[in-house]
Amino acid sequence: MSSQKPIVELAGVGKTFRGPEGEIVALDGIDISIKKGDIFGVIGMSGAGKSTLVRCINLLERPTQGKVFFDGQELTAMTAPKLRQARRSISMIFQQFNLLMQKTCLKNVCFPMEIAGVKPSEAKKRAMELLNIVGLPDKANAYPAQLSGGQKQRVAIARALASDPQVLLCDEATSALDPTTTRSILALIKDINRRLGITAVIITHEMAVIEEICTHVAILDEGKAVEIGMVEEIFSNPKTEAARKLVFPDGLPVSHLKSERVVRIVFNGGTSYEPLIASLAIDCGVKVNILGADTKNVGGKAFGNMLIGLPNDPNEAQKALNYLKSKKDITAEEVTDYNE
Amino acid sequence: MSEFFSSPAMQNFIAILQDAIAILKSETAMGIWETLYSTVLSTLFAYIIGLPLGVLLVTGEKGGVRPLPKCLMSALNFVVNILRSVPFLILMIVVLPLSRFILGTSIGTKALIIPLVIAAFPFIARMVESSLRETDKGVIEAAQSMGASPFLIVWKVMLPEAKPSLISGATIALTTIMGYGAMAGIIGGGGLGKIAINYGYYRFKAIVMWAAVILLVILVQIFQSVGTRLAVKSDKRIT
Repeated sequence: MSSQKPIVELAGVGKTFRGPEGEIVALDGIDISIKKGDIFGVIGMSGAGKSTLVRCINLLERPTQGKVFFDGQELTAMTAPKLRQARRSISMIFQQFNLLMQKTCLKNVCFPMEIAGVKPSEAKKRAMELLNIVGLPDKANAYPAQLSGGQKQRVAIARALASDPQVLLCDEATSALDPTTTRSILALIKDINRRLGITAVIITHEMAVIEEICTHVAILDEGKAVEIGMVEEIFSNPKTEAARKLVFPDGLPVSHLKSERVVRIVFNGGTSYEPLIASLAIDCGVKVNILGADTKNVGGKAFGNMLIGLPNDPNEAQKALNYLKSKKDITAEEVTDYNE
Repeated sequence: MSEFFSSPAMQNFIAILQDAIAILKSETAMGIWETLYSTVLSTLFAYIIGLPLGVLLVTGEKGGVRPLPKCLMSALNFVVNILRSVPFLILMIVVLPLSRFILGTSIGTKALIIPLVIAAFPFIARMVESSLRETDKGVIEAAQSMGASPFLIVWKVMLPEAKPSLISGATIALTTIMGYGAMAGIIGGGGLGKIAINYGYYRFKAIVMWAAVILLVILVQIFQSVGTRLAVKSDKRIT
């Protein structure tokens, strides 16, 4: 799906807000290039600057530094009417849906076409098609207040598609929805991406959203893009503290726990009811330190891995290691590059 | 029983009552008509000035959809506040020369419209301003993201989204202007207010005064309940 041409490019984008307590740097030197057809995720803790970043793409927020390009044209250099024209190719959906509450769903979907000066009869026809695509043809004459959150977001997506955009910006689009609805909205976005070739930019604080649909991800921390790359690469090997926090949200900041020798245990589906660490302590009389764990219990079997720190006494450490290696259904190996 | 009715006090009361009924018969229809038309026309003209002004007060501020220079906004706010703070009775008299200049006369129901409009438009501007401020910022942002111009955002988003609130505001404006208009008997303006002041206050016919006041109360009640019903009915957020 991905071609090599960037559709959205941020070059050294920075945004500083002037508040009553001095300047607040929301974004700092962001360089992001999003290729046509990608589903590009931007993740970060709240306050990391995600919403500001996505608003800098369509210039709802004007960056105080750097340039923004869309399809090769510099948005930051455009006049207001030109920019409004360009914005029709960059649609946006929001956490709070932002539908016109006094208009029917059909009128809501017609709205971008009304702005663009499409004939009302044509707009109506196209709007019906779009409501069909998002699976709500029967809600054409309903008002947004009569819909559930998921349905509202579907209408918002139909509205976003009405201007035949090249890019769909999703600002925490699923954050107000329950997990099941979230999944169905994500599936819809993925489907739109695949069928219509629309590039999607997904802003979220939920790792699950990125895992589910994104091809690329940028990790934002305190206004800086600390890691950018393919989702698998970043997830399998998070290099920065911020990335690690997001990938292992419950894990302790591992680097704070120092240990001489560290062993990684991989559970290959042994019974999870057998208390490994406890039996290690009882059988060998060795106390180990759990540095981090990411395990899942699937049907009574343990999968995942755990990092443990061995005691500093070499004899005890060897004893523990031998014990672990003797266990079946787990693989134990010493991690040498842990205490770098 | 007949003795009671023939007592001098009662005879006197009946005479007053008959007099009052005669006055009301000849004056009421005209009074209601004059009150209605001065109120409705004044409200209309006041909205023609006040509505755009109210829009500007919202869109022109810092962070609005079409920010205007700060000095201009300060000037606008200053003028609105000044006019809002002048008591209507004073304003009515101050504006007399203006009525004469525009309409050629400074007395009568028509002449009343000028001070009413001048008193009401700043008030209406503020009402419109507060209605438009209720518009969800997110919806405006959505319209901006679609490439809507500031004019379209006002025309297609802010005003329609604020419709129920604008209707409530218009109802308040209408009843307030009717109340102002009732003071106009002082400068020779027509309407129920004139009847109340001329007969009731100047000539001590209390019954006529109270009848006129009750009619005003009834008119306000009708306007208010119709307005409230329209506002509720037009609001699609309530299901």
